[in-house]
Amino acid sequence: MGSEFTRLFELVISASLINNFVFTRFLGLCIFFGVSRKMETAVGMSITFTSVMIISAALSWVVFTKVMVPLEITFLEIIVFIGVIAGLVQASDTIMRKVASGLYYKLGIYLALISTNCIILAVPLVSAGEKYSFIQSLAFGLGSGLGFALALIIMASIREKLELADVPVPFRGLPMAFVVTGLIALAFTGFSGLITM
Amino acid sequence: MMKRPVDKITAVLLILILLVAAVSVAHAGVGGGIEAKEKVDLKQLMTWTLVFLAGLGTIFGFGLAFAAKRFSVKVDPRVEQVLDVLAHAHCGACGYAGCEQYAEAVVKNPEVAPNLCIPAGAGGAEAVALITGKKAEVMERIFSRIMCQGAYSTSERRFNYEGIQDCRAAVLAGGGDKSCIYGCLGFGTCVRVCPFNAMSMSEDRLPVVDLDKCTGCRKCEAACPKKVIEVLPSSKAVLVACHSKDKGGDTRKKCQTGCIACGICVKVCPFDAPKIDQNLSRIDLDKCRVCGLCVTKCPTKAIVDFIPVRGKAFVTDKCIGCQSCKKICPVSASSGEAKQKHIIDQSRCIGCGLCTAKCPVQAIDGTFNAAEVFRLALEKKRKTAA
Repeated sequence: MGSEFTRLFELVISASLINNFVFTRFLGLCIFFGVSRKMETAVGMSITFTSVMIISAALSWVVFTKVMVPLEITFLEIIVFIGVIAGLVQASDTIMRKVASGLYYKLGIYLALISTNCIILAVPLVSAGEKYSFIQSLAFGLGSGLGFALALIIMASIREKLELADVPVPFRGLPMAFVVTGLIALAFTGFSGLITM
Repeated sequence: MMKRPVDKITAVLLILILLVAAVSVAHAGVGGGIEAKEKVDLKQLMTWTLVFLAGLGTIFGFGLAFAAKRFSVKVDPRVEQVLDVLAHAHCGACGYAGCEQYAEAVVKNPEVAPNLCIPAGAGGAEAVALITGKKAEVMERIFSRIMCQGAYSTSERRFNYEGIQDCRAAVLAGGGDKSCIYGCLGFGTCVRVCPFNAMSMSEDRLPVVDLDKCTGCRKCEAACPKKVIEVLPSSKAVLVACHSKDKGGDTRKKCQTGCIACGICVKVCPFDAPKIDQNLSRIDLDKCRVCGLCVTKCPTKAIVDFIPVRGKAFVTDKCIGCQSCKKICPVSASSGEAKQKHIIDQSRCIGCGLCTAKCPVQAIDGTFNAAEVFRLALEKKRKTAA
């Protein structure tokens, strides 16, 4: 039991810090740059993303392990995962609109953006490849959500200050954001080797 | 094309590098879960693939259709119509989180007033009232007023500030670089925040409000870290443009146009509107009749008259010689014998409008409130006649 929890904890730390999906694996960058201009959009996106991530990780694991592996059609994983995620996002959009309309007004715009996020496909794919158990893939999904949230919030706080700074004209806006992201990614390499997996 | 030997070697090297990259990519990447097999049963594979994909598609299709039906939200078409009419500044002046929220609230809730969207103006309020079947009262326009005249040249600075040129940043540096801690810092946060481009910075680093564009959305009021912006109805046009609670002597040292609480305004006001409290004069806006007398008497010019042009009063032939204007005039500009047409000395008249309002036969014209006074008198006549 102890080693089980340690393994889960290692998974969360690995997905959020050591192999951060944005800064180490360079995934989900278009959403990252688009949403990190203001702190409130960044926080909204992080919350929506983490919740959708966990649910889709669970659903994809069930479809993969219980249906696709016994039928030996695992080569279809990319198509099937995308289908599952798109369906999930659409259904949650419809359901949220009715059930929690206040929440929908605040966070509904991010739902559609999430389906185009690379990370949401990467997590089930990695879980399938590494043959995680159900709980492990949930932990992995949670870790990825936390890592994405961390990346967004760091970036948003820096970019809000950048708005007021004296940036040279060719670098204003996106180029400066890329430079800053590169520097943060450099800093995150300091985490490598923290846990040997 | 590839004549020289060095070109051929480069080409071969490139191909080798590409091959190595291709091979390594096949091993790297985000994972697979795909293992190589010795034999592949193609027929079974094809059938299961088709069955699985078709099944998944069907399940999802039905699931989504069911969700759409079960969780459908009936959208009142009137909400869309109201949304079209609103100003969409997302300013929050109506008190709701966004334009959509207000549109929904005004259509669904019978208690919500249709004229809360201030940027949409009277036209918008009427349109919303029409759509929702409510009555709209004409709300008075409100403007933002800058309660500070301490420009760069007329006020002192405590230190040289070389930080971010934004008031919200400057205020973090010990309350800002101005000697007077109650005054406007002049870095233009309000100008940047205004969604209607109604504010601009003057040459002397004071914000200037364009009254045609200002809608009273209160964004500048919220953004100002010194809280020198007050949003007030347009009729409240004589204000003490200073928030300084420093003693008179200190205020004078720090700023040439600050209120020194000398009390002259309190003495001259015929309506007892200004009050001195904590070394600052504040005008009671309910008592003030916007006559502008205190403006002329203030020694530091701290009180500002926001009426752009004050026309001088003159007496028309309707005058019955009742002497009411002579009694009420604060500068004794009106003169005349009883039962004779009175005359107003244009050089003394300050355009306060008190005589225009007081005259029982509306014989005085020319002041800023003349049109309003005549309109009200006409309405009263119609009411008593009907």
